[in-house]
Amino acid sequence: MTVTERQQLSYIAAQAADARVNLEIETEGMTLNIGPQHPATHGTLRIVAKLDGEQVVAADPVMGYMHRGYEKLAEVRTYPQVTTLINRIDWLGSFANEVPFILAAERLMEVEAPPRAQWIRTILFELSRIANITLFLGDMAVQVGAITPVFFAFRDREHVLNQIEAATGGRFHPNFDRIGGLKDDLPAGWIAETRRAMRKIRNFCDEIEELVEGNEIFQARTRGIGVIPPDVGLSYGLSGANIRASGVDWDVRRDSPCGLVHDQVDWKVWTHPDGDSFARFWVRLQETREATKIVDQLLDGIPPGPIMAKVPVIIKVPAGEAYVETENPLGVMGYYVVSKGDLNPFRVKIRSASFSNVSITPWLLKGVYVPDIITILGSLYFILGDIDR
Amino acid sequence: MSRLSSTDTAPSTADAAEAAAHAEAEALLGRAGSALGEALVGSHISAGELWLRVDRESWADLAGWLRDTEGFTFFSFLSAIDWMPSPFGRDMDSAVDNVLDPPEPKETLPTETGVSGGDTRFQLLARVSDVATGRSVIAKADLPDGDLRVQSWVPVYPGADWHEREAWEMFGITFDGHPGLRHIYLPGEFEGHPLRKDYPLLARRVKPWPGLVDVELMPTEPDETTGAEDGAE
Repeated sequence: MTVTERQQLSYIAAQAADARVNLEIETEGMTLNIGPQHPATHGTLRIVAKLDGEQVVAADPVMGYMHRGYEKLAEVRTYPQVTTLINRIDWLGSFANEVPFILAAERLMEVEAPPRAQWIRTILFELSRIANITLFLGDMAVQVGAITPVFFAFRDREHVLNQIEAATGGRFHPNFDRIGGLKDDLPAGWIAETRRAMRKIRNFCDEIEELVEGNEIFQARTRGIGVIPPDVGLSYGLSGANIRASGVDWDVRRDSPCGLVHDQVDWKVWTHPDGDSFARFWVRLQETREATKIVDQLLDGIPPGPIMAKVPVIIKVPAGEAYVETENPLGVMGYYVVSKGDLNPFRVKIRSASFSNVSITPWLLKGVYVPDIITILGSLYFILGDIDR
Repeated sequence: MSRLSSTDTAPSTADAAEAAAHAEAEALLGRAGSALGEALVGSHISAGELWLRVDRESWADLAGWLRDTEGFTFFSFLSAIDWMPSPFGRDMDSAVDNVLDPPEPKETLPTETGVSGGDTRFQLLARVSDVATGRSVIAKADLPDGDLRVQSWVPVYPGADWHEREAWEMFGITFDGHPGLRHIYLPGEFEGHPLRKDYPLLARRVKPWPGLVDVELMPTEPDETTGAEDGAE
C-alpha cells in the first residue's frame, strides 16, 4: 500500500470516528482559495481547495490567467519567428524550448545542423537546465520556511545566466537556435568561463546538500508526503524528474535521442524509488550535478566547422507532419508541427511538461494537510508559462 | 554520495536505432491490424514513429488496446487538427477588417489532410508512449462535421482529462464520459472555439503584424543560399 493510499484510508477512518462526534458538533466544509497571487504558485495558478478541518477533500486547480494562445499565434508567424514566442513558455530555461521546435522543422526540411552546432546546442540546452533547476533547489527550501538557500540559488544561477548571455545576447530569452544551426559561434574565452561557472554550480549543489537535504525539518516536511506511484504518474503523463523520482528509469536524452549529442558523453540517469516530495528534490539535485558533468565533457570536444547548414534565406518547410520531443528542465516537451509547405506552420501542438505534471494535483492533493499543499506543489515544480502557453 | 539507482548510457549508432525503430513500428502495425480489424482505416510510419488512424467508434477501444495489450502506459498529449484552410489567408495580417468589409473571395483551397490520411475537417490527435522500450504511437480519428463527439479517454488515461477540456474549449469537440467538460484556459462566458481555422485572430484586426513585411534580404547577403534568415527579424 502506498503512503498516499494510507493517508487516504486513515483519513476515511478519522472521518468515520468524527461522524459520531459530529452528531452533536456539526462542522461545515470550508473552501480555501490559494492564489492566483500566492508565492508558492510560481506565477498565477489558483487552487480551490475544499477543506475539512486541516485536510483537503477536493482540490481544483484553475489556470488560464496567463494563457497567451501560442498555438494560434504560431499559425500566423513564419518559422523563424515562432522561436521568439516559444522562448516564453518555460521562461527559466528558454533555450530548451526552442530546441524541439527547431528539430521538428529540421526533420520536415530534411536539414541537419553541422556537428559543431549540435554540440553547442546541447551545451546551451544543459545550461538552461542548470539555470532552471538551480532556482528550484533554492525555492524548495523556501516552501518549508528556509529563506537563505534561495539567495544562494539566485547568486549562483547568475554565473550560468552570464554564460548564456555571453553566447546568445539574451539572459532569459536567447532566441538563438535557427533552422539548420545557430545564430552565432561562441565568443572567445567562453569555454574557460563556462568551466568556472560549472565549478560554482557544483559547489552550490554541495551547499544545498548540506543546508537543505540533511535538514531535519526539511526531511520531516517532505518524506512520505505527496507520494506518486509510477503507474499513476505515467497515466497522468508525468515526465522528467517527477516520474524518475517514482522509480521510472526513463530519460528522453538517453532513450530516444534526437538531434542532440547526449550519446557522445558519459552520464547517467538518476532515479529514486520513493516517489515523495523529498525524492523529487533529491533527483533534481543529482540531475543538476550530472548536467554540469555533461557540459564539462562537451566543452572538451566541441568539433570545429561551420555552425549553419545551407538553408534558404526565406524558409519554406515542405508539407508533412513531425513530432519531436526532448527532455527539457521541467520534463518532456514536444512539438507536433503540421506543415503545408508554406512560410508558416499550419498547426503547432505544444506538449508542455508542466501542463501534464500539474494535472495530477486533483488526485494527489486529496487527503493531504493544508501546509503540505505548498510543499507538494513546490516539489512538482512547474512554471506557469509552461502550463498556460 | 548515495547511489540509489543509476544506468549508464550506452552509445548507439543512430542509423541502426532508426532501422530497429522502423521494424518495431512495422510489427506493431501488424498487431494493430489484427486487433482492430476494420476499425483501422489508415497508418503511416516515418522516422520510427507510427501513426494509427481509427474510426470514431473505436477511439476508446484503441486507447484500451494500446495501454492494456501493448503496454503504452505513458500518456503524452491529446488534441485535434482543423484541416480547413484558413478562410482569411494572408489577409489575417492586414489592417482591414475582414468581417465588416469582406474582401473579394479568393480561390478556395482544397482541404488537404496530412499523414495517414483523413476524410473530415476535424481530426483527433493523441500520442502515447511505452517508457520501458521508448516506443510511441500517434493516434488519429476523423470526426464528422455535424457531430463532433467521441468517447473520452479519461477512463483509460486519467491524464487525458485536462487535454480533453482543452480540445473541447479550443475546437468544440465533446467527449462522452468525461467527468466535467468545462473551460480550462478561457473565461466561462467565452464564445467560439479559438483554434478553429475560421476563428479570426482579433489582434490582427487592430494592428498589422510588422514582422511579415520585413522579410527581405539583408544588405550584406549576396544570394539566396547563404545560411541565415535574420531578415525576418
